[in-house]
Amino acid sequence: MECHECHERPATLHYTQVVNGHKTEVKICEVCAKEKGYMTTYPEEGYSLHNLLTGLFNFDTGHVKTPGSHIQKEHQCPKCGLTFSEFKQIGKFGCGECYHTFSANLNPIFRRVHSGNTEHRGKIPKRKGGSLHLKKQIVIYKAELQELIMNEEFEQAAVIRDKIKELEANINQKEAGDSK
Amino acid sequence: MTLQHFMNEAISPWMREQGPNHDIVLSSRIRLARNFADVPFPIIADQKDLEKIREFFKENYEHSSFEEHQNFEFISIRDLTAIEKSVLVEKHLISPLLAKKEGAAATLISDNEQVSVMINEEDHIRIQIYFPGLQLTKALSKALEFDDWIEEKVNYAFDETRGFLTSCPTNVGTGMRASVMMHLPALAMTKQINRMMPAINQLGLVVRGIYGEGSEALGNIFQISNQITLGKAEEHIIEDLESVVQQLIEHERKARTRILEQSGIELENRIFRSLGVLEYSRIIESKEAARCLSNVRLGIDLGIIKNVSRNILNELMVLTQPGFLQHYAKKTLTSTERDILRASLIRERLQFEE
Repeated sequence: MECHECHERPATLHYTQVVNGHKTEVKICEVCAKEKGYMTTYPEEGYSLHNLLTGLFNFDTGHVKTPGSHIQKEHQCPKCGLTFSEFKQIGKFGCGECYHTFSANLNPIFRRVHSGNTEHRGKIPKRKGGSLHLKKQIVIYKAELQELIMNEEFEQAAVIRDKIKELEANINQKEAGDSK
Repeated sequence: MTLQHFMNEAISPWMREQGPNHDIVLSSRIRLARNFADVPFPIIADQKDLEKIREFFKENYEHSSFEEHQNFEFISIRDLTAIEKSVLVEKHLISPLLAKKEGAAATLISDNEQVSVMINEEDHIRIQIYFPGLQLTKALSKALEFDDWIEEKVNYAFDETRGFLTSCPTNVGTGMRASVMMHLPALAMTKQINRMMPAINQLGLVVRGIYGEGSEALGNIFQISNQITLGKAEEHIIEDLESVVQQLIEHERKARTRILEQSGIELENRIFRSLGVLEYSRIIESKEAARCLSNVRLGIDLGIIKNVSRNILNELMVLTQPGFLQHYAKKTLTSTERDILRASLIRERLQFEE
């Protein structure tokens, strides 16, 4: 089958266009496809993940507009100026601060994208995480302590209790150091 | 290490080593997305801010080394020709998105091409680490160490509840995308892969072809990666991915044995015909080349074809991409010219084996 455009080369690409319900099929060679704009330089361009995503975000947030109500001033990120409707449109945050600005509206989105999860459980950055590591460790020790007390292993429990105290002192020291 | 060096070889130095399960798994990759805390993300930031980030990486990391990953080359995307950009994309050293960026987009690539950092892509920083074969755990620990090394100088955008903050909500949390590149000819031949995909998707993992578009996977090369980045620790994400990959390996091996037992001569016929096509074609399209290369590689793995190196699939899949062909020809080529050059390069490469 030859190309519908140049009638020279073999047609290697088949496109189906639907415009206002009219279906047309185009059989075309690679060269003409590029010239006529059917193809983009990189294959990834054709398939846009964020189009899919923005589709995901556009659900009813439960905010019902009553007739005659004033148009509310839109939620806007103070740092980068992105508004929530812009975020929904492009499917991308403008800066780290956006996560705080739009925080109240984000859980449903994260739940959809991340199988119901809304909170991070992974790595804490070594330097920036600072006392966060210690805080997490304390939570672990406290659970351990409870268990030891339940099992009446008081000697071991005392050791853990001291470790917790030590960590807490450590955190206080660090935070005092940070705020100077 | 210079740009020319990255351009001249189709396969990266690390690919020459054989990793675990190398008959099926080509490579394991970890990618981490990170951002500066006090600069808006590239999608919205001022050019000036992004330029500062570019400068920061140039000053701090150009020609630096991290353990065995030596002498990082710093490359600004705006200094590259269109063909050079395509070659880096085809070698998977940078993403198509980065290649399209102008302005402050840049990359750091280690001399063994195992580690690359993309600067001012969708996020300020994207760290990428590759390992040959199935080595996700190793790749993860190396990636996290490298991440710590960068964090020594960079104030990351990190939030206690949301984790690492990224431009796209699909990356928030760990910012990690782990992926495994697999050659699955027997599962593709028997159409089993199509039946397995929905189940894999349900586990929060995605399967897609890396060459070709849509559901088609040119060269039967598939990429399995995690979709979820929030609410699971990196190690758990890797465990889930690894267990699915292990199952795919088992299924692929079983399917190979079954085909060999039930229709050995047909399989042998298919493999040798493909070798014939590659050895004698004067014009070959990328699709046909990919199909034949996949068959030949299967032949090598099954011991039907001897004296041809396993790397032939990865190497020729990259070498016969449009960017590489044009780099080789040192000019832009029409698609017919590419098909001719592709055929001649494949012939040459196969003769080299004899």
